[in-house]
Amino acid sequence: MSKRFLSGNETFAEGIRLAKPDVISAYPITPQTIVVERLSEMVEDGSLHSEFIHVESEHSALSCAIGASAAGARAFTATSSQGLLYMAECLYYASGGRFPIVMMNADRSTALPWNIYGDQRDSLSQLDSGWIQVYAENAQEALDLALMSWRIAEDSRVSTPVMVNLDGFVLTHTYETVDIPEQAQADAFLPPYETENRVDFDDPKNLAFSAGPDTNYIFKYNAHRAMLAAVPVIAETEQAFAAIFGRRYPGVLEAYRTDDADYVLVTLGSIAGLCRETADRLREQGIRAGVIRIRYMRPFPHTEIAAALKGAKAFAVLEKDISFGSEGTVYTNVNSALQKAGVQLRGANYIGGLGGRNISAGDIEQIFADLEAGADGVHFIGIGGDGNG
Amino acid sequence: MGNPTAERISRDEYFYGHKACAGCGGSLAVRAALKVLGQNAVSVLPAGCMSAVGFNFPQLCFSNNSIISTFAGTASMLTGIEAGLRAKGHTDFTAVGFAGDGGTADIGIQALSGAIDRNDNIIYICYDNEAYMNTGIQKSGLTPFGARTTTTPAGEHIHGNLRPKKNMFEIAAAHGIPYAATASIGYLPDFIKKVEKAAKIRGTKYIHVIAPCPTGWGIAPDQTVEIAKEVVDCGLWYLAEYENDSFTLNHKPKTFSSVEDYLKKQGRFRHLDAADLETIIQSRDKKWAFIEKNFSYR
Repeated sequence: MSKRFLSGNETFAEGIRLAKPDVISAYPITPQTIVVERLSEMVEDGSLHSEFIHVESEHSALSCAIGASAAGARAFTATSSQGLLYMAECLYYASGGRFPIVMMNADRSTALPWNIYGDQRDSLSQLDSGWIQVYAENAQEALDLALMSWRIAEDSRVSTPVMVNLDGFVLTHTYETVDIPEQAQADAFLPPYETENRVDFDDPKNLAFSAGPDTNYIFKYNAHRAMLAAVPVIAETEQAFAAIFGRRYPGVLEAYRTDDADYVLVTLGSIAGLCRETADRLREQGIRAGVIRIRYMRPFPHTEIAAALKGAKAFAVLEKDISFGSEGTVYTNVNSALQKAGVQLRGANYIGGLGGRNISAGDIEQIFADLEAGADGVHFIGIGGDGNG
Repeated sequence: MGNPTAERISRDEYFYGHKACAGCGGSLAVRAALKVLGQNAVSVLPAGCMSAVGFNFPQLCFSNNSIISTFAGTASMLTGIEAGLRAKGHTDFTAVGFAGDGGTADIGIQALSGAIDRNDNIIYICYDNEAYMNTGIQKSGLTPFGARTTTTPAGEHIHGNLRPKKNMFEIAAAHGIPYAATASIGYLPDFIKKVEKAAKIRGTKYIHVIAPCPTGWGIAPDQTVEIAKEVVDCGLWYLAEYENDSFTLNHKPKTFSSVEDYLKKQGRFRHLDAADLETIIQSRDKKWAFIEKNFSYR
């Protein structure tokens, strides 16, 4: 293990090097570019033995990765924002074909208006694409997820692609001191990819076929079950990871000081650290504040969220997303979890950070103050506009 | 009289039991090409006629490894399969794509251009039936001038499609591709020879084969091969190759057969008037003047 001072993108690239993908296909888009630049350099200097394919679009990036996965190879790609949307057709294709590709997405605003900065409207718009979606909080977690994602995706109980989301710029471009594991540790953790879902010259396959009304839904059901099966696999993977690398992760979500909390802020990604700090400060003032960081948006942690919110007086969801004409998508998901668990709880939705707009500690304090004062409905941080119908 | 190609070609079948229409030219092109490429061909077929008729779970009709790609992604998936198999240590295989005219010249041209640009070691075969036949005969970039399709209806004001075919063969060649060829299922031995040749060349290979569709062209199912011959004989299509930076014509009709006869046999052209016919003949002659000037013949 070595300590290095690297950006989120660079750290993630180190994780990919350790995972040794057979094929990398990628198309440049800000703020993802540094990942593929570093990987290209690793291929050039011989420290990474991957086929690096310079594709002409994101659609081809993922289509190529699907082809590689169908050949039985470990395939990686990375994208962001418009690129994710441009390859959207292939997202469904990869998950429907049960190809365990890992993709990094640098979470970025979606046009129009054009904007290169971070929010999560790109990935959250693709929750239904059948990919496991995980959101990293910091560079170390991003690297660790690069390794864990392969193991989760390739587990035969799961066989589902994984999208690892890093907040654009805030995480992709911020430098941190990180631990880079040894290759031997990575090899012990992540065995080579073995599958029957591939081209086989001894037993030829027809892959990615059509299925009519009688059978189509069975494939969809199986994909759904496999995604749900990822929950215990994630837990097992994190245990195995801790045993080798010494770092522990809390599963599909991270609950912080929620046990006795009156007011809980639910969020995801890199803003969670500031939320926890704010909660700590408020606790010093006698306000029982807690934070839930959702790590996996798919499979969605329904029971875990309901359990963590059960004793609270009210909750808020802070997210860098809005589904126009409705509310934040994370808020919708959280409410569904509570409803299913029979938890009656006042909630409010705070939309912030769109197009990279800063979310300050003061903004987060205000959310807790609002909750205490009886807030509900949908709010746009810093605009003060009415987000409700 | 013995037919050397028929005697030589493999008796093995790799594409059968499918539900293509009677007289389908596209399925004949796929069948013949796979006989050449054999068991270790990995076929990629995008959305289109051949994937629609060949991949209906549980009735799967390829006996070699085959996969449907996204509509736009024939070439990019070929790239991934080739790279993935190579990365896994395989050396004895051919990654081959079979895409229709729309899948090639329209929605798939970007990925195809990318693959040729990278010189990926793949064979890309465009089976050209000159319209989106799978969705019910809509105009594609390879629909010829004057053809009636369901989106280029022939009426009093407009006589079918107003634009000529996109020149995919020369577009492929303009990339500096190692090998490109035109073919027709009406000249099957020539097509087979070109597939054999492509299989021996490293890098990207592009073969554009005319494959009539009785349903879309308005001909009887038993006329497919005949009409595919005639399009070459009347000069509206030609058999050629591009390699080592130069074009070669493979077949030169001594005199062209009647363009009018060729057109009038087909329901899709039956509405054409004398002026339309003249436009088509002029464009043929212009093309052949270009061929005479720029293609060698041997």
